[in-house]
Amino acid sequence: MALKKVRGNIERMFDKNLTDLVRGIRNSKENEAKYIAQCMEEIKQELRQENIAVKATAVAKLTYLQMLGYDISWAGFNIIEVMSSSKFTYKRIGYLASSQSFHTDTDLLMLTTNMIRKDLNSQNQYDAGVALSALACFISPDLARDLANDIMTLLSSTKPYLRKKAVLMMYKVFLRFPEALRPAFPRLKDKLEDMDCGVQSAAVNVVCELARKNPKNYLSLAPVFFKLMTSSTNNWMLIKIIKLFGALTPLEPRLGKKLIEPLTNLIHSTSAMSLLYECINTVIAVLISISSGMPNHSASIQLCVQKLRILIEDSDQNLKYLGLLAMSKILKTHPKSVQAHKDLIMICLDDKDESIRLRALDLLYGMVSKKNLMEIVKKLMVHMDKAEGTVYRDELLVKIIDICSQDNYHFITSFEWYVSVLVELARVEGMKHGPLLAHQMLDVAVRVKAIRPFAVGQMSLLLSNAHMFMQPSGGSNMANVLYAAAWICGEYANELEKPEETLFSMLTGKVHSLPGHIQAAYVQNIMKVLSVILSKGDIQQSIKVCKRVSDKLAQYVSSGDLEVQERASAALQLISYIHKELENGDTNDICTQVAYLFNGELNPVAPKAQRKVQVPEGLDLDEWINEPLHSSSESDDDNQSDDNSNFFNLGGFDKKDEEENIANTVDHVEKNRKARLQEQENNPNYLKLNSSNDQTCDIPITSIDLPTSLNVSGFISSDKYIKAKKEKKDKKKSRKKKKEFNHFEEEDEELAIEMIVNRDIGEMPDGAEDSDGAIDVQKDINDPHTALDIDLDVPEIQRPPPVEEKKHKKKKKEKEKKKKSEKSKKSKKLDKSDQQLIEIKQGYEEALGICTPSKEIVQAEDLSFSKLAMDKYILLEYKIDPKNELSNSATVFFRLTNVGNNCLIKNIEIDVTNSTAIQFLDEKNEPLSWYKLNNSIQCGSLTEFDLSLQVENIAIPNTLRGTLTYMAQMFQEDNIHQDKLDWRLAVAVSDMFLKAAPSVPLVELLCNGQLVFKSSVILSGTNFNQVINWFSTKLHLVLVERVGETASLYGSTASSEQLCLLVKSNLNNVSVEAKCTSQTLVDNLMNEIKSTYNL
Amino acid sequence: MIKAILVFNNYGKPRLSKFYQYFNEDMQQQIIKETFQLVSKRDDNVCNFLEGGSLIGGSDYKLIYRHYATLYFVFCVDSSESELGILDLIQVFVETLDKCFENVCELDLIFHVDKIHYILNELVMGGMVLETNMTEILSRIEEQNKLEKQEAGLAGAPSRAVSAMKNMNIPQQLKDMKLPDLPQAIKELKF
Repeated sequence: MALKKVRGNIERMFDKNLTDLVRGIRNSKENEAKYIAQCMEEIKQELRQENIAVKATAVAKLTYLQMLGYDISWAGFNIIEVMSSSKFTYKRIGYLASSQSFHTDTDLLMLTTNMIRKDLNSQNQYDAGVALSALACFISPDLARDLANDIMTLLSSTKPYLRKKAVLMMYKVFLRFPEALRPAFPRLKDKLEDMDCGVQSAAVNVVCELARKNPKNYLSLAPVFFKLMTSSTNNWMLIKIIKLFGALTPLEPRLGKKLIEPLTNLIHSTSAMSLLYECINTVIAVLISISSGMPNHSASIQLCVQKLRILIEDSDQNLKYLGLLAMSKILKTHPKSVQAHKDLIMICLDDKDESIRLRALDLLYGMVSKKNLMEIVKKLMVHMDKAEGTVYRDELLVKIIDICSQDNYHFITSFEWYVSVLVELARVEGMKHGPLLAHQMLDVAVRVKAIRPFAVGQMSLLLSNAHMFMQPSGGSNMANVLYAAAWICGEYANELEKPEETLFSMLTGKVHSLPGHIQAAYVQNIMKVLSVILSKGDIQQSIKVCKRVSDKLAQYVSSGDLEVQERASAALQLISYIHKELENGDTNDICTQVAYLFNGELNPVAPKAQRKVQVPEGLDLDEWINEPLHSSSESDDDNQSDDNSNFFNLGGFDKKDEEENIANTVDHVEKNRKARLQEQENNPNYLKLNSSNDQTCDIPITSIDLPTSLNVSGFISSDKYIKAKKEKKDKKKSRKKKKEFNHFEEEDEELAIEMIVNRDIGEMPDGAEDSDGAIDVQKDINDPHTALDIDLDVPEIQRPPPVEEKKHKKKKKEKEKKKKSEKSKKSKKLDKSDQQLIEIKQGYEEALGICTPSKEIVQAEDLSFSKLAMDKYILLEYKIDPKNELSNSATVFFRLTNVGNNCLIKNIEIDVTNSTAIQFLDEKNEPLSWYKLNNSIQCGSLTEFDLSLQVENIAIPNTLRGTLTYMAQMFQEDNIHQDKLDWRLAVAVSDMFLKAAPSVPLVELLCNGQLVFKSSVILSGTNFNQVINWFSTKLHLVLVERVGETASLYGSTASSEQLCLLVKSNLNNVSVEAKCTSQTLVDNLMNEIKSTYNL
Repeated sequence: MIKAILVFNNYGKPRLSKFYQYFNEDMQQQIIKETFQLVSKRDDNVCNFLEGGSLIGGSDYKLIYRHYATLYFVFCVDSSESELGILDLIQVFVETLDKCFENVCELDLIFHVDKIHYILNELVMGGMVLETNMTEILSRIEEQNKLEKQEAGLAGAPSRAVSAMKNMNIPQQLKDMKLPDLPQAIKELKF
């Protein structure tokens, strides 16, 4: 046996070890793959041997090969063998290999559970150490569940090295096994105050990671962190804590106010740049979150900006970069303080480092004003000429457009200048933002009526120089500007100087080399221009043009793009028809008819309009209209149409249909609109707000005589406008000196500056509201942190083990609910008796459940809405939810149910009688006295909406009165019933209680002398359970402790008033004693209890 | 959180790769390649931060790197890490390597990638910073090496002798490839 071992060792000496492998690979540069393949074979042989040392060497070699990109998952079993060796040397090799190649979904992981457990509990701390390091890389949900307890035990190990690793490991466990968070959290919290600095730091690290995703659950730890921040000297930990505070302050403004001072001290005292930078960042976050609540924070802003300036001026590029980054955060809320440093930022634009230039560009966004916009854009254009990388050039283009178009072109004084800039940008080679540029051109032309003549001129120049965009240079999609050019020239063809010329520039040249969607736009707009030429009434000329157009259109008919083919064929037919009519001498009629094809102006459409169109009832968009055929040619077609649709979406404009039916649909829409307006007109409850809005849109805009001539032979350079502006300025100055007044010129200039821009968001479907993108922001379901959103301050509700029967009932109830809603959706003509039956059944079950505690929880959830008002058509219910972060506000959820018999309820509006004591607020925190619901309610269904409520003093009960008006449209009688419903919203003191558990134990709270105001009441003729149930469900008090027939409850408000209740059962009554931080609050609560009890 | 730690040389050859989120081997290689392309085209006098490549998660992640002589040390991190803090961490890592290998050079990383991993494991665990104090790190590494030596004992002697023989082939000159800016960098260390 011993001999065998010796022999094994000697043989091993001549095996290839890791060093040999690396050397071998380096020596066989030409044939690396072949050499490695050979080594792989050897490794496979070695893995088959008994000797663990040989296996370990083989696994070490595999780890190296893994780094070079070779898959080693096939050796998983051997890796586990090496991991399980009793020798640390081999174990370490095995664990390293596993950490590099195993992952959560590796099947073999289930074999490792016991082995890892053994290592975690090993006498040797380094066995556990390597195991933890590797486990952190590949832990699976199963492993996390099975090993959570072992790792928890390590948290209280005597060795700081293991405690430290175990703390970090817990985070990984939480991610995979969220159930572990609640039981482990108290221990984790203890580790924040561990005597070992490393363990402390690790715990801070973990809590920061947890809090980053779900900050509100960790607010209660703020005092601990605050203490650490003011006492610790470990910069690593300080940085983490300060970053964490940055995430917490938006949730708790009071915390921010406390932080300012210590952070400012740190900023002054620290020499570590990293710490300084993070302090500044958090101060900025604090200032952003409390910007409204603190008047004299300008000193802090000044300090930050000053320190940042020092960073930006530093020669270290890293500090410069970070300084600019932080500056851009300040810019959002305090643009003025940043604007003072414009000089510095302009210097950074010339920095040799691209990342720094990009950050400076971000800042530029907030620097522009009407005065300096031209100058800044000019500078950027110069940069664009000089820039080498296309990435930076593209970035510049996007920034120029961003800067100019911000606030609906607020800073642009001359749109002619802007159009010239756009045209100039289009001529820069090799850019990938053609569609963006095209969109801008379209947007400006559509929104600014006065610019159209000029824009059309420039666009027709672009069209006649189309060859510039046709070079097949890789990656450039500038040709897209031709799409915009064609559309603008066609749509506003009336403004064309020489329509014939433009027409033929769209017909000649290598148009077939353009992308399909652009050709299609060409064809369509050729027709528009043609109709304008026809309308001029020169018959001979018209016939000539028609002939030429039909000759040239032939090349479009043979286009490879289906869309182009189709449009061109239709156009060709139409022209030949027109041609015939013209030759027959029937001129007037045909010309007006053709003009009618392209009648009407297009308005901008809001970006979300498409999504807001309500799906008509009975239409299932996911359903196949025709089952797709499985053919190979289909995919090709798909690709093509994709290309097209991409662009059209970006443009946001619908292409016009070719045939007359467009006129029909326009008519139809117009008719509907009129009918609707008529209806609104007749409705006395309808506030006619919109009509005045519409009028402003329709104010006729006089065309402006532009100072510059339109007969430009080439492209206008945007520089011209800068010069022109300067000249004008000079002129103005000199004029002022001379005190001469040329009235005409002055007016002209004013007009040119005050071009009217259509700044509407765009058209929306009727009844849709432009809500902010609440729907757009969806939580990533795959993010493990969503499962970790656990409120750790609220003790887990210990539901009693479910009895089979109860469970069954609950399910049954749910089922029935489902059924009910389904039924009500499906059939509008629900039999009344049927409905009643269901209601009776539910009532029965609830009554049964009242005395069982498990049922109460269910009930509490169900009954959260209370009835506010009701008539035979509509039921209004409400629920009040106090806001944590704002001391005297709450969200009121309303639920409207259509309880009428077969009717549709619409035009729902709410009028409120506000007072300073209690009022609703809109998004801008202005009092809201009128609210209109945009959707209608089908029979039997319900809708919910919420409003923000503000109360002046939450310690007293308040009442808010209002009216609900609506229209009920009967289906059978076909008549409309209008009605109003008065309601009275009583906001009791208890409605504003937060459902939060006390932050300190109740005993401590009672002892610390804050709860000085007392009150008590005795309730007779009831039992203890009923009272407790009532208090916790209706009065929003939190049950803290219950011993026999005695219980303590707790309530708190967002304005940090606190309240404790002691409920005791006597012989035939229940006594309630309350202690509170406010006398009014406790008195009013007792009154509330008495009055509701008497009911 | 740190998503990945990559070390490669001026030609993009990987010298160490540690991913704290799973990518298959092909993807890992592509990420290394992409990162190399992003980092290598930057001058030495520009800042050390850039947005992550598209493969590793785009602009949600930052690449923070340092360039020492022939090697790039790149950390890919998310927004919870402090940029300057990570730069200091890279410094700590390289200094630790320098202490462990006595004037560390690229060859040390080539031939002892396993040891580099062990050292890294004392700094970072599962993507979270474990320890930043260099004395503590060094003593942990030292203790583990001692443990390994004890285990090898007499049985390991012959193989050590053989590998010593093999190692004599390495031209000594190669050892002279030093990381020249390191001593200066140590003096400037901000922590």
